[in-house]
Amino acid sequence: MLSPEEIRAIEEEAPRYRDRQALGIEALKIVQRHRGWIPDEALAAVADYLGLPREHLEGVATFYNLLFRKPVGRHIIRLCDSVSCWLTGQETVCRALCGEHGLTMGGTTADGRFTLVTVPCLGACDRGPVMLVDEDLVGPLQPESLGPILGRYE
Amino acid sequence: MERPLTQNIRPDGQTVDIAAYEQAGGYLGLRQAIGSLAPAEVTRIVTDSGLRGRGGAGFPTGSKWSFVPMGDDAPRPKYLVANADEMEPGTFKDRLLMEGDPHQLIEGMAIAAYAIQAEVAYVFVRGEYVLPARRLQQAIAEAEGRGYLGNNILGSGYSLALHVHTSAGRYICGEETALLNALEGRRAIPRAKPPFPQASGLWGQPTVVNNVETLCNLPHILARGADWFKSLSRTGVSGTKIYGASGRVMRPGAWELPMGTSLREILEEHAGGMRGGLRLRGVLPGGASTDFLVEEHLDTPMDFEAVAAAGSRLGTGTMIVLDDRTCPVAMLRNLEHFFAQESCGWCTPCRDGLPWVESILDDIEEGRGRPEDLDLLDLHTHLLGPGKTFCAHAPGAMEPLQSALKYFREDFERHIRDHRCPWRAS
Amino acid sequence: MSLYIDRAEYPAQPDKNLLEVCLSLGLDLPYFCWHPALGSVGACRQCAVKQFKDENDQRGRLVMACMTPAAEGTRISVDDPEARAFRAQVIEWLMTNHPHDCPVCDEGGECHLQDMTVMTGHTYRRCRAAKRTFRNQYLGPFVNHEMNRCITCYRCVRFYRDYAGGDDLEAQASRNRVYFGRAADGTLESEFSGNLVEVCPTGVFTDATLKQHYTRKWDLQNGPSLCPHCALGCNTLIGERYGEPRRVLNRYHHDINGYFLCDRGRYGYGFMTAPSRLSAPLLRPAADASLHPAAADEALAAAAALLREGAGIIGIGSPRASLEANFALRRLVGPERFFAGVGEAEGRATALILDLMRQLPVPVATLRQAEDSDAALVLGEDVLATAPRLGLALRQSTRHAALAAADRLNLPHWDAAAVQVAGRDQRSPLILATCASTRLDDAASATVHGPSDEIARFAAAVAHALDGSAPEVAGLDEARRQLAQAAAAALSSAQRPLVVAGARGGEALIRAAANIALALHRRGRATRLVWVLPECNSLGLALLAPRPLAEALAAAEAAGAPTAIVLENDLYRRAPHRAIDAFLAKARVAVIDHTRHATVEAAQLVLPAAAFADGSGTLVSSEGRAQRYLRAYPAAGDITDGWRWLGRLGALADGRAPDWQSLDEVTRACAAEFPTLAGIVDAAPSAAFRAGGRKIPRQPPRYSGRTAMRADRQIHEPPPPADPDSALAFSMEGHPGQAPAALLTWYRVPGWNSVQAVNKFQQEVGGELRGGDPGVRLLQADSAAAAGFLAGDAPEPFARRPGEWLLLPHDLIFCSEELSLLAPAVAQRAGPARLLLHPGDLQELGLADGDPAQVEAGGETMHLRVQPDPALAPGTAALPAGLPRLPWLDLPAWGSIRRVRG
Ligand SMILES: Cc1cc2nc3c(=O)[nH]c(=O)nc-3n(C[C@H](O)[C@H](O)[C@H](O)COP(=O)(O)O)c2cc1C
Ligand code: SF4
Ligand code: FES
Repeated sequence: MLSPEEIRAIEEEAPRYRDRQALGIEALKIVQRHRGWIPDEALAAVADYLGLPREHLEGVATFYNLLFRKPVGRHIIRLCDSVSCWLTGQETVCRALCGEHGLTMGGTTADGRFTLVTVPCLGACDRGPVMLVDEDLVGPLQPESLGPILGRYE
Repeated sequence: MERPLTQNIRPDGQTVDIAAYEQAGGYLGLRQAIGSLAPAEVTRIVTDSGLRGRGGAGFPTGSKWSFVPMGDDAPRPKYLVANADEMEPGTFKDRLLMEGDPHQLIEGMAIAAYAIQAEVAYVFVRGEYVLPARRLQQAIAEAEGRGYLGNNILGSGYSLALHVHTSAGRYICGEETALLNALEGRRAIPRAKPPFPQASGLWGQPTVVNNVETLCNLPHILARGADWFKSLSRTGVSGTKIYGASGRVMRPGAWELPMGTSLREILEEHAGGMRGGLRLRGVLPGGASTDFLVEEHLDTPMDFEAVAAAGSRLGTGTMIVLDDRTCPVAMLRNLEHFFAQESCGWCTPCRDGLPWVESILDDIEEGRGRPEDLDLLDLHTHLLGPGKTFCAHAPGAMEPLQSALKYFREDFERHIRDHRCPWRAS
Repeated sequence: MSLYIDRAEYPAQPDKNLLEVCLSLGLDLPYFCWHPALGSVGACRQCAVKQFKDENDQRGRLVMACMTPAAEGTRISVDDPEARAFRAQVIEWLMTNHPHDCPVCDEGGECHLQDMTVMTGHTYRRCRAAKRTFRNQYLGPFVNHEMNRCITCYRCVRFYRDYAGGDDLEAQASRNRVYFGRAADGTLESEFSGNLVEVCPTGVFTDATLKQHYTRKWDLQNGPSLCPHCALGCNTLIGERYGEPRRVLNRYHHDINGYFLCDRGRYGYGFMTAPSRLSAPLLRPAADASLHPAAADEALAAAAALLREGAGIIGIGSPRASLEANFALRRLVGPERFFAGVGEAEGRATALILDLMRQLPVPVATLRQAEDSDAALVLGEDVLATAPRLGLALRQSTRHAALAAADRLNLPHWDAAAVQVAGRDQRSPLILATCASTRLDDAASATVHGPSDEIARFAAAVAHALDGSAPEVAGLDEARRQLAQAAAAALSSAQRPLVVAGARGGEALIRAAANIALALHRRGRATRLVWVLPECNSLGLALLAPRPLAEALAAAEAAGAPTAIVLENDLYRRAPHRAIDAFLAKARVAVIDHTRHATVEAAQLVLPAAAFADGSGTLVSSEGRAQRYLRAYPAAGDITDGWRWLGRLGALADGRAPDWQSLDEVTRACAAEFPTLAGIVDAAPSAAFRAGGRKIPRQPPRYSGRTAMRADRQIHEPPPPADPDSALAFSMEGHPGQAPAALLTWYRVPGWNSVQAVNKFQQEVGGELRGGDPGVRLLQADSAAAAGFLAGDAPEPFARRPGEWLLLPHDLIFCSEELSLLAPAVAQRAGPARLLLHPGDLQELGLADGDPAQVEAGGETMHLRVQPDPALAPGTAALPAGLPRLPWLDLPAWGSIRRVRG
């Protein structure tokens, strides 16, 4: 079941698009904004609400990088793994995140605090290596600076 | 030196609101276009200015618009889309423009939309660009408030609805036809051309897709004329260009400079040269999907023709610098990993060829390479070329590889010979 | 107008693409994502050729043949070394993840990927990377899923979703992890899912019923057959091993089924080996004894006795038996004593339709013509249930609006994705008038719902709106009148409008449909009609002019008890049970059938008939086309064709030699007696036909194990049995070349082992088969015929009756057809039978979805669970049609519905 807020948000987007099909991706993003990820039942609820086949939404949800079909932590760290960040030390940052800080690539920490994923170029190549923690872009990163940065997110 | 695109951009990272934008001469271009020019005249001025697309392919903008059906019996609605997907590794210019001066883009879009008589426009912003999207939304509201957007713009009878769409995230969404499928709520698979979007684009309607930087040039061209615009460049190819540099240079960043500024000047003067103790080995001049240039090319003027003559592409004009202490094979592995990951999965050569290329590079870098692997890499650079794949994604992926095999072949061979990467401590 | 392929000159064909042209010329150019019915999308890059700008261009560039028009002056090379190398490379790429599990793959030996791999010459794997693996899904009883074999050609979703309108199969994920499947495990819901088996070029989607008794293609003995599960006459190919049909494949027919079958047609074959199959004669020694197996001689002697007893013999024919069998029965009993084994209303409706086919100036559409219509009106039939393949054709007809949009942009029709984009959301009119909602509604531009009388009124109003001289309908409500007007406008603005109606709708509706077609015809539109008939030989039976069944039943009442020969028929599906009980209690009954059913249980004598896989004969499809089916394997034991049994009985009765020994003889006798049927002789070459002096083999050249396959019973290899009924041989020896279309036993040519080889059997890709598609059209419309409107008042408007419901027949694809329901896989798809009611009525009855209810009508009581359907008119209820567990009712009929305790 979609919540009234979710439905309201979906309908707010509706006039911007020509049809329900186009609204599908928007609706999934909205669900994810409310729930952190897109559980099966939410995907089914969006499908029912918009009158779209579930398979269609599944095809879309599994295509795009920013839609999560698995549960995630309270904070999502998207570490840029593209070339400019890689040139400027992304690998050591990644090692530090997965080493000292106990994160796993593609996984969520046991306390549910962080999910760590890689992301293609964040368009901040002049500040590499960078990562996006939730909506905050941080960089240039150094292994030593990670502790205080992570400390800001409970 | 004039820097029309970035003149309003504030060093403190704050955005320019509509009052400040108007004060700096903003929306004059739109007033000029809508107030006194017919759509065809706007297109002609843009054609005359010689403006070429800044999204990577460099297609002449006025000419692109001229394929849109015009007149009373043209299909309606028509659409304009600003391509703000910016996911090309090493590219960070559109973010700057949208964050720093969102009204400039809005004005440019209104001009372009007017020229093709589009009723609806979208800014397709990549999902990670949260701040730019927010600022754009804010700016759109301001512009609507002042009658630059919405119904009956500036009393002209022309109306335009402008929406921000944030992408659900995928590099291929930057490819203009895949972008249209994404906007339609589908999987972002590219479409075959022809038909071109100008004839059959978003929902089968006439559509123009232009890059953010391309569109940002329009207010200035309209306000100050084609000749002025041409005069900005150093080599007669019109306008300024936002160049950028990343990698281990002293001052990574982006700078608006006359089109045709040399590679050397950008790297040495603006980026401050290499970081201490490093030497330059190669440059990807316009993003990840362009061919390496090397030291001998440093005096190449960075414009469409000259970079092509040097064997690469201007691309996005944002260069990635390889230094002498970084393994070229590992860099290629990183690049091809990106391209393999971002393949949409539609056509065979890209979907199955890129992961193979990636695995060969993995093997070479990890000391498992075999001499025949280089032949396989060479083969792929030919067989994933333009026309052989469905869209330009895989050919783009092959550009850095083919040039690396040309300029850094010895590095590849050494990895294979020694069964290890010489840059890594053993 | 010329183009050049490897320097040879050929005529240019600007509306075709180069791949189509090359294949039509017989050149071997590999491909995957292209499909003749689905068009081009340019995804696989397998069909690359070298294109040159002009004669002087030496370098050329690679293009995809499927995406390049065969325009004037085009110069290409298929043979170019770079093009060849690229094509081999495409296979190598595809193989980086393909599991190479051919030995255990059901597709092995008829795999397009195998063929293309050999064709391109790719042999050795150079990629050292690990292969990706997927989880497979359970997709129901029809289709098996093995995703690791996928080469990502996208054909499955393009067929399933874009072509067939299915929405539970999609491409998921991306890059080299694209996955084709459902959101979760579960049965594929499309009525056309089985086509995935043929559309998929590898072993991802394979026939789940074949898997139950798997046999390689080269080990199957085949017969060109016809689908017995509706009246459309789709052509099929039955593959047999060890005396059992093992699968049904589509047999290409340009004008009918093209490349696709419905799932009922593909999977219904299981009835022929179901426990209900009769394999030996049965005798009832005394009235109170049970049936027991008998030898053929014994059975025939008993038959002779039966025929001499009683007050003469009558014959009850069958709409699911061949023309020959029906004719043989008619010959045995005499025309006056030959009765139609169909329900009263159905018989009248069929006779009327037959009259109209002869009298109207409007021609009947082939399925291909139905597909080509640019506006269609369907009246009173849920075609997805009563003529499923027509539903698929109608769905294609809605594409004409998109094709018109493509024309405006000068896009070729084969450019599938571009046509789709150009025509986003544009659909040609398809107006569906049915009693309940249907699974074709999503493709419809408008739907109209109501009981058949209401639909007849609506149809009459459409006719009147088209032409004021057609009878007017009194008392039509305003909404309906507007709908009728809109339908009339849509049809009359089309170039090739189509009207579909059928026996289900009743005579008033049939007349109104004819009037609509006439009105359009008068307006100069190239109008066509499709008449939907219930069974595979409904029309053939009607052409033999049988008397109504009611008269046979009455005859038993009046004069003393006759001996009735019931041909391939369960009378309990034709009339109220009490009437049949009474008849069977009086008459002495001999049944000739392949399947055991309630009528068999009441017979004195049962003779086992051949079914479609082990029998031969002629059927007349609803289009009026006579087509031949030829057995795939010799019938076992005493089983033989109905017409052969009847020939023997006739001889016994008269003490002379049978009138016919072979199919040709009985076919000729039938043709001689009925001028309309003269053409049936030519439905297929006779048994005397020889190609290169030889018969056509039923077994493929690599047929293996024939010396050993009977070794458990006999150590010698017996000589192949003779087949007096066709030019086909039960062996692998015979004519090595292509057979005439009606005698095709497989699609295979050197290098092409998969069903894709069909292109080698066509005059051009997607065109007619070489030598012409089989079958003979028996009835031709006479365009000069008088086009006066049919008179007759429209029925009274439907009026609710308090406390009563008008019960309507609800046809279901996997439930309502007698024979297919006996196939285990189909039965699994039949689902629970439900009584449909308007949600408001449910509420009034205090019922919720799934609650049990009791229905009383026509003196019968039934128990069913209910299900809401907002499309049903309040005051009506829809009962599953044809379900053996429910008593036969003459529907529509009024009845009561009560809530009962679960
Ligand atoms: C794989 C791929 C990715 C692309 N990504 C972008 C992008 O992120 N932004 C962009 O403006 N153009 C991108 N392009 C180019 C667009 O397809 C298109 O050419 C451009 O948006 C046109 O705008 P312009 O004419 O103003 O340059 C990409 C092209 C390809 C093949
Ligand atoms: S080249 Fe790659 S990204 Fe482009 S269509 Fe083919 S698979 Fe998709
Ligand atoms: S058949 Fe031509 S690209 Fe697939």
